[in-house]
Amino acid sequence: MLSSAPTKLISDDGRRADGRRLDQLREIKMEVSTLKNADGSAYVAYGKTRVMVAVYGPRELHPKHLALPDRAILRCRYHMAPFSVEVRKSPAPSRREIELSKVIREALEPAVFTELYPRTSIDVFIEVLQADGSTRCASITAASLALADAGVAMRDLVAAVAVGKVEGKLVLDVMDVEDKYGEADLPVAMMPSKKAVTLIQMDGQLTFEEFKEAFNLAVKGCNQVYDLQKEALRRHFAPKIEELEGGMSSG
Amino acid sequence: MAERVIPSVKRKQLLELAAKGKRIDGRGLLDMRPVQIETGVVEKAEGSAVVRLGSTTVMVGVKYEIGKPFEDTPNEGVLSVNAEFVPLASPTFEPGPPDENAIELARVVDRGLRESKCLDLEKMCLIPGEKVWIAWVDIYVLDHDGNLIDASALAAISALLASKIPEAKVENGEVVLTGNYVVPPIRDRPVAVTIGKLGDQLIVDPCFEEEEVLDCRLTASFTEGGLLCAMQKGLPGAFTADEVIKAIEIAKVKCEELRKLLPPLVTQHG
Repeated sequence: MLSSAPTKLISDDGRRADGRRLDQLREIKMEVSTLKNADGSAYVAYGKTRVMVAVYGPRELHPKHLALPDRAILRCRYHMAPFSVEVRKSPAPSRREIELSKVIREALEPAVFTELYPRTSIDVFIEVLQADGSTRCASITAASLALADAGVAMRDLVAAVAVGKVEGKLVLDVMDVEDKYGEADLPVAMMPSKKAVTLIQMDGQLTFEEFKEAFNLAVKGCNQVYDLQKEALRRHFAPKIEELEGGMSSG
Repeated sequence: MAERVIPSVKRKQLLELAAKGKRIDGRGLLDMRPVQIETGVVEKAEGSAVVRLGSTTVMVGVKYEIGKPFEDTPNEGVLSVNAEFVPLASPTFEPGPPDENAIELARVVDRGLRESKCLDLEKMCLIPGEKVWIAWVDIYVLDHDGNLIDASALAAISALLASKIPEAKVENGEVVLTGNYVVPPIRDRPVAVTIGKLGDQLIVDPCFEEEEVLDCRLTASFTEGGLLCAMQKGLPGAFTADEVIKAIEIAKVKCEELRKLLPPLVTQHG
């Protein structure tokens, strides 16, 4: 099914196609430890964009000759389910998925203390279950939660969000129609506490001034996502910690 | 172990040099290596160019072919960019299908060309939904001494500018080639510049030795009108927000300089 181009993406009173304000995130859902078998896992939804991530490791690495004597290798596969988009996507990895796997890995790696796990691999498997824009950003947000859930030592979480330019206006958390018919897309990932930018890409056209404004908006968005990430981890782990502490005081 | 020890020793050396504003090959932090552009190097291709950045050598061939348009853009020609890291270019390149580095390179160059709208794809439509021109831009890395992205982007736009496209007419629903060639519908000349981060210094046009020890890199493409049209951060390190802004500012200036070296659009074809 192919839908046709919408007539207007931003209304006269500054509302977007789904009713959001320009600088408003979609409803974001986050859940950790969603899978039984994985060492760490997370589910993240940015509106209709839904992503599931599993982390396996640190574990023994195959093939062994890839092992590094001084640190772990981080491997990452970004993959879209065939049913995640309007026109069925072949399950074979596309060039886009290979590129995104690389940039996502490079966005996560600065956050991971790989040097604590020599000769091992940490494998991050990302499945996009439904794509409605900003899938790489939701993937990075989910992957860093899954790494934290796996107990991998990290410098910070990595939070990501995309800013777009639509009908001349900058918008936060780009959805599919805005990406398709908009003028620019700027995904950014950060370690917010470290104020470090670990992913930045762009396509479309922006003046340098517009870029600076868009980038600042992305930084703000990453901070909001970061708060939600911490909340999701707390929601999952706080009861367990209380349980442990309760157990200790009574025993 | 050796391949891990040498970079860490070298990294220390390069960081010390960079802190003094120096580089291993004697350049300043923001200097590019000498750039050479040569076009028309392969007669069988409709457009071709070789770019040398120091000893990094990249050849690009452009072939135009009639084919089917994409379903969602029936009235547009097709631009397709591919990259091959041929084994003669580096001891680390192996024969086989493009790896993630080659795919990233091709997609970054593609993004710069596509988002600048340098090719007017609508003018490359022959029969809507049926037949359009496909521009195949094939990047061939011949010698790898770092900064393949900038060299490839420069070679790609140079080869397109130097290209000629067969003249085609549509008669009774059939495409007929006249045997003449015409100027391709080019309306912009995008250029890409990559900034490397080495410790807390930013450097332009990293060579291979520098690339091995970089924290990360940021590539920015600019249109002729000075619009930012593509960006890509690579390598497993992080930039500060200020570094991102500064890197793009530097890239913008360097893109202007590089654009002056581009060949003119070939306007006469026999």
